[in-house]
Amino acid sequence: MSEADFATRDIRNGRLDQIDYESNFEDLHAPLTRHEAMVEAERCYFCYDAPCMTACPTSIDIPLFIREIAADNPSGSAKTILNQNILGGMCARVCPTETLCEEVCVREEAEGKPVKIGQLQRYATDHLFETAKEHPFKRAASTGKRVAIVGAGPAGLSCAHRLAMHGHDVTIFEARAKAGGLNEHGIAAYKTTHNFAQLEVDFVLGIGGIEIKNNQALGRDISVAQLRDEYDAVFIGVGLGNTNNLGLDGEDNDGCLDAVDYIEELRQTDDLSSLPVGRDVVVIGGGMTAIDIAIQTKLLGAENVTIAYRRGQEAMNASLYEQELAQTHGVVIRHWLQPKALISNDQNQITGIELEYTKQTDGKLEGTGEIIKLEADQVFKAIGQKFDSSILTDAGIELEARLIKITEDGKTSLAKVWAGGDCVAGGEDLTVESVEDGKVAAESIHAFLTR
Amino acid sequence: MADLSTTFLGIKSPNPFWLASAPPTDKAYNVERAFEAGWGGVVWKTLGEEGPPVVNVNGPRYGAIFGPDRRLMGLNNIELITDRSLEINLQEMTEVKKRWPDRVIIASIMVPCEEEAWKAILPRVEATGVDGIELNFGCPHGMSERGMGAAVGQVPEYIQMVTEWCKKYYSKPVIVKLTPNITDVRYPARAAKAGGADAVSLINTINSIVSVDLDNFAPVPTIDGKGSHGGYCGPAVKPIAMNMVAEIARDPETAGLPISGIGGINTWRDAAEFISLGCGNVQVCTAAMTYGFKIVQEMISGLSEWMDEKGYESIDDFMGLATPNVTDWKNLNLNYVTKAKIDQDLCISCGRCHIACEDTSHQAITNMVDGLRKFEVIDEECVGCNLCVNVCPVDSCITMEQISGVDPRTKKEIDPNYANWTTHPNNPSAVTEPAE
Repeated sequence: MSEADFATRDIRNGRLDQIDYESNFEDLHAPLTRHEAMVEAERCYFCYDAPCMTACPTSIDIPLFIREIAADNPSGSAKTILNQNILGGMCARVCPTETLCEEVCVREEAEGKPVKIGQLQRYATDHLFETAKEHPFKRAASTGKRVAIVGAGPAGLSCAHRLAMHGHDVTIFEARAKAGGLNEHGIAAYKTTHNFAQLEVDFVLGIGGIEIKNNQALGRDISVAQLRDEYDAVFIGVGLGNTNNLGLDGEDNDGCLDAVDYIEELRQTDDLSSLPVGRDVVVIGGGMTAIDIAIQTKLLGAENVTIAYRRGQEAMNASLYEQELAQTHGVVIRHWLQPKALISNDQNQITGIELEYTKQTDGKLEGTGEIIKLEADQVFKAIGQKFDSSILTDAGIELEARLIKITEDGKTSLAKVWAGGDCVAGGEDLTVESVEDGKVAAESIHAFLTR
Repeated sequence: MADLSTTFLGIKSPNPFWLASAPPTDKAYNVERAFEAGWGGVVWKTLGEEGPPVVNVNGPRYGAIFGPDRRLMGLNNIELITDRSLEINLQEMTEVKKRWPDRVIIASIMVPCEEEAWKAILPRVEATGVDGIELNFGCPHGMSERGMGAAVGQVPEYIQMVTEWCKKYYSKPVIVKLTPNITDVRYPARAAKAGGADAVSLINTINSIVSVDLDNFAPVPTIDGKGSHGGYCGPAVKPIAMNMVAEIARDPETAGLPISGIGGINTWRDAAEFISLGCGNVQVCTAAMTYGFKIVQEMISGLSEWMDEKGYESIDDFMGLATPNVTDWKNLNLNYVTKAKIDQDLCISCGRCHIACEDTSHQAITNMVDGLRKFEVIDEECVGCNLCVNVCPVDSCITMEQISGVDPRTKKEIDPNYANWTTHPNNPSAVTEPAE
């Protein structure tokens, strides 16, 4: 394949006017006004044994918090939310509510229009963040026990907060320079605007008794064995450190990028116009990361963004809502296509990709042999992340499906060590699940420390 | 096409919808706009005696309670009778009546409880050519402190006395407007009839404190840190008004006395309900104050469509049809046994019927069946109370069905014959033949 087949490579930064960067990366949904929230809250039927509450991984008492909004008590409402989910503010923004609480809302059943639970949750939590004079939860008397938490993402922060509340002293070891995990580095920018992730970290720490040590990576600066020796308990919430590769020639060439890395760069930059983006972008994958990179490159000014997914639409991990969000942003989603070869010019720069049609026979996916070529200045890999078990340095922690194996209450196979979040087996790697993992593990650790 | 016209006390109106005496009828400008919109008649805002007009507060006059989306459910006011001069009002009434001969104008009057005062104003009202008068014995605030309005309406003897004066000094129909701020509305109605009233109208507003401002602990509307009880009206008062209308309609002493129904009428359906209880027409205020005069178009169209559908050609055809069905509790058939029935196809599984029944009633609705979230009536426990129907957010999802044979709850055969409390064995005063 030669570069002559495609137009001149066009990849550059500053494709848009400054004002367009700002408006493109504003809030996906404008927050509800007080009146909108009151009206929406009145739509809730205050169900008994509410299906929404059952569907929430953190079991937030949704009917109660909505009734509190309707009764003009948004602060009380926020406390109801945060009591179950200390990162309720972020979850209000990033939860795929269309496949959780809102999917089972009885008004979804009745009329196809669920109560806007996510937006109401944001209304309440925003109100508390803007008005609260003090942290809504008090620490119990100090127990003198010390817990080490590895990873300051949703699982670690949730665990830390709950432990601090119970009176334990917590030290969080975070590999990056900033806390927040994927909330800070991975979530699409238009879902968490105005530095909300850091505001929320500050809020969580506001309870006291939590210290964060940054740039401390497990397996490099600290080890499980060392933490077990020095602390009364350890919680591991390190997330997934590695990404999957296509396994094609030219994967290291200029223009073949890891979506997770690019999104992290996007989230951390002060100047979106500094990010180079291609005119033609192809994204490989079918999950949330694929959607997030596709929409965000489009918002950065890419002209043609195509998601190529190797199976059918119904098999995509991204929710239908997210797929449609991409489509309304002008992203083209193509199915039954798998990457076959990267096309590069003689300077080892990506200019396109060959994709092969696929079909499923007896549950097995196979190529049909039919090949198409798409022009691409950038090819983004969004085909999943994996746990880097080498950081456990043979501590003796048992794995399951290459992830840390835990019990129902978050215990690993190693005494005094708990784990949760994306690095453990099971679940769909949602923020809200990580929060629950952290909370459940914290209760288990608390029971262990006060036994 | 149904004929909506009415002849009430001999006064012809193109439809049964009148505007009640209140701010919407305070002056020619408003009244003419109402007539243009289609209202059949108005009761002009209450006139006071000759002399310096009353004064109103210069702060807020209204307070409200709201349903979802700030839907106004109840309104309260501390406004007094007209604060314009008698002369101007009478002049405008004369002119408007001349311009709108096919519409009804009734003059509402409130003067001191002295014969001379009534003797002085009535000929002047008569001279305007309006169709009749309504005696304001109902205003519960302000004027009542001066011995007028509800202060008169709460003393049947005064009602009779003043009505007699009016019949003596005025030749056209006299309507007595009753206050609901009494214990038994039949007594003032009987007094009005004894005084010669041609009709009663009810209800006037209800004494109320609509809310308390929790920042300064004063009733709303708040005038410089203080509040006074006001008169409550709007959709929230309709049930109270309808009961009072029915009490008068079915009282043998006042049976047949024409009634103009007032209280929370918001749609054609409300009006039809009042008329079915025996009202010859209805008066509307809060709905107009909330939405403007145009609502009468919905009322006319709705009543007309419903009458066509039911085959009623005139208002008289269904007027009072509900009156005989309003009875005393003791006459209700105790052998009429119902059970709730949930339509599982319509059920959206909110669980409100279950929790209402479980927590506050008879534990007669499941929430789980064979490990699944499901709401079914347990006939062995259901007393047929209807609470589940009322809390269900889905129209017609739960219905009350009459049963016969053995009642699963009592395990006894249901007697197919009518029997009420008057003959019930548990009644110490039981008789052998039912009272009704």
